[in-house]
Amino acid sequence: MKNTIAERIYDFLKNFPPFDVLEKEQLFKIASNVKVTYIEKDHFVFKQEENPHEHFYVVKDGAIGLYRGMDNEQILVDICDEGDIFGLRPLIQNDLYLMSAKANEESILYAISVEILKEIIQTNEKVKKFLIASFSSNIKTPYAKGTNGQLFVNIEMLQTSNTNFTEIQSAEFSKNPVTALKTSTIKEAAQIMSEKRVGSILIVENKNPIGIITDKDLRSKIATGMISIDENVSKIMSSPVKTFKQKITVAEAQIAMIKNKITHLCITKDGTTNSELIGVLSEHDIVVLHGNNPSLLIKKVYRAKDITALKYIREKTSNLLQGYMEQNIPIIFISKIISEINEAITIKAIELSIEEMDNKPPVKFGWLALGSQGRKEQLLMTDQDNALVFEDVSQDKYQPTKQYFLQLAKKITEKLNVIGFEYCPADMMASNPNWCLALSEWKNQFDTWIKTPTEDAIMMCTIFFDYDLVFGDKKLVNDMSDSIFESIKSFEIFLNFLGRNALRNPPPIGFFRQFLVENDGAHKDQFDIKSRALMPLVDAARLLTLSHHIKDKNNTISRFKKLAKTEPKNEDLYLSCIDSFKILLQFRTQQGLKNNDSGRYVDLNKLSKSEKLSLKGCFKPIKDVQELLNIRYNLAQMM
Amino acid sequence: MISWFKYKNYPIFWNNYSKKFKQKQPKSIEDTRFVVFDTETTGLDLVNDRILSIGAIGIFNNVIDVADSFEIYLKQNEFKAETVEIHGILKEGKLTKLRESEAMENFIDFIGNSVLVAHHTAFDIEMINTALKRLELPKLKNKMIDTGILYKKLEGKKDAHFNLDVLCKEFNIPKHDRHTAAGDAFITALLFLKIISKLKQERKLHYSDLFRVSGKEGLM
Repeated sequence: MKNTIAERIYDFLKNFPPFDVLEKEQLFKIASNVKVTYIEKDHFVFKQEENPHEHFYVVKDGAIGLYRGMDNEQILVDICDEGDIFGLRPLIQNDLYLMSAKANEESILYAISVEILKEIIQTNEKVKKFLIASFSSNIKTPYAKGTNGQLFVNIEMLQTSNTNFTEIQSAEFSKNPVTALKTSTIKEAAQIMSEKRVGSILIVENKNPIGIITDKDLRSKIATGMISIDENVSKIMSSPVKTFKQKITVAEAQIAMIKNKITHLCITKDGTTNSELIGVLSEHDIVVLHGNNPSLLIKKVYRAKDITALKYIREKTSNLLQGYMEQNIPIIFISKIISEINEAITIKAIELSIEEMDNKPPVKFGWLALGSQGRKEQLLMTDQDNALVFEDVSQDKYQPTKQYFLQLAKKITEKLNVIGFEYCPADMMASNPNWCLALSEWKNQFDTWIKTPTEDAIMMCTIFFDYDLVFGDKKLVNDMSDSIFESIKSFEIFLNFLGRNALRNPPPIGFFRQFLVENDGAHKDQFDIKSRALMPLVDAARLLTLSHHIKDKNNTISRFKKLAKTEPKNEDLYLSCIDSFKILLQFRTQQGLKNNDSGRYVDLNKLSKSEKLSLKGCFKPIKDVQELLNIRYNLAQMM
Repeated sequence: MISWFKYKNYPIFWNNYSKKFKQKQPKSIEDTRFVVFDTETTGLDLVNDRILSIGAIGIFNNVIDVADSFEIYLKQNEFKAETVEIHGILKEGKLTKLRESEAMENFIDFIGNSVLVAHHTAFDIEMINTALKRLELPKLKNKMIDTGILYKKLEGKKDAHFNLDVLCKEFNIPKHDRHTAAGDAFITALLFLKIISKLKQERKLHYSDLFRVSGKEGLM
């Protein structure tokens, strides 16, 4: 009997794993029993912690986002596009859904009965392998090497089989944690700790965790004599504690620790503080699981004795970045962590260089990061852009002072180069005599740029305005900032020139909604995501914050956040600019990691449909904010 | 009394079909089985043209169930070469074909007392009813929904009248197997789900709203 509909579904499924390895009859049986559902945008297919459905799903059209809820935030873990499978693991392992599935755009799904699949798995070894591989990594990687496990029984094997993807797995926590009662004295607690050889002890009341005491508390509060050892434990315990459910993943645990600046998480039965304590997860547990811990890396930076160690740490950071990107950890967290590490490395390089100099610095100075590093938006290894400002000195001392700092800067930039931050091809570095200046010289320089806004001068402003003090004297830099605002105030038309510059990059998308690509050169037919999508947002944010005389906001996202508050009527626009910026930055970073380059040029043919859609979605705010600049600064007349 | 006599004389499948309407019918969208169907015919003339194929698929609780689908081809003496290019069904093709009487019996068994859905229902229903008449059977008893009319219940679409192709474009439905009965039934089923979903977004949608002509309450 002819079955046109099932044939069509068969034709679709056969293009995607694991269906591509099924026997014809097997797949036809699946196809003729598919249930087709339609999910409206933003509607849920299932929610985290729900009981599993009888079916798992294949995306026919549209895109389904998988989210994990945590701390009232929904973290996007994966996006399933045409042909992707989701919601299968809980059915086979007879478990609750670990994530929520929500339609990111309207979607048509094929629901497939797990019973039919189970029958097939019994007879088809290739399908079994695929499914084991995709469970153990929880991402879309077909065919793991040499796994021969039993799909339905041996779950432990899955959890240990692939150490590269530890972050998404449930974190191993210590069960039977060491505890003391609320009524104990500090001395009793300390005795238990040394008896059990542990660095921390949990204080419980009716089995519920109410506080924690660590070695550090004993050192800082008891050993110093501040508090008597016979006092009650509540005197020194940290309280309340952060509690989580058993199924916390390594990535979630890391974020929770970084966010709350804590090193221990309590695991309780239902995840709240009002339930029984069943374990504790310490930073150390995570380090054991996963060598690339960010706080560990920063600690290593502090302890580094030479630049070889720093170089090694910087390489580790790239691995960390890659891991985070694969897990879809929010880009804000990632860029904060990476910037912290980069900054720590730079500081260490400066300290090591000062040690190498014959004398201590003769006067106060400040080391400035410029451009994307200054804005803390640098994720991939890019060139170094930096500058140096030193205190004004009397004329006779000027030359020797400048010579000293030039020599120091040369040492620092050399070290950074060895570590992996390549020299700036345009020589925008503190080792260039033009960018190693005394405070008054910098003030004059900015004043000149602002009051004679030639094209070059504006270009310089866009780089030098985004500075961030990495090392040295804060006051020097504040002085410099004040002076810049003074100059702008007395020459407001400068902002219009800056505005014209902000619109110099052509819009990312053409009249027919197609991407505008490069017409010639080495990157012909590629999309320049930096200058066509990221820079317009960076430039707009800088200009608008300058026009409001907002200081201390040197980061595109925090600039837009501040702008959203300053101009409530444009709040929606600025918030959508933030979203776009995040997505674009994440996208560029992914591209860079994938192709091992700066990620700047994107080959559109290699993008999936949903990637293109999400990129296009970012362009509307760019266009809108450019229009706003156009009107506000009368740019049409200046063009 | 007359109806009792008639009842007696119909074939068993028809009596079984009639009985199903004596049962209490569900009153919510989720509990109702909808059967979306389409016919391919030799032409548009109710008297002289004949059904070549019927495709149908069930929807229950907002899910299209491929296992609950129906696809048959009919043996007919009437044949028009000019419509072959639309439906692609040859007079002597490889497909297994049923006699019209068998086809009607199978179709009636499949639909039972479900709510019938089609795009521009009137024509398809009349073709079926004419075929039933040739077998000396009464008309279909099912409740019916026309996706063309359902579409007009959406905000701002009151006076719109569109064919399936235009609506597929508007609702972003890929047009596989267009102009085969089963393919069109499947496309119409997707359209039906999408319109229902849109209607639910716009207002609280009751089961009875599906059968009401917009602006002409109670007339259907």
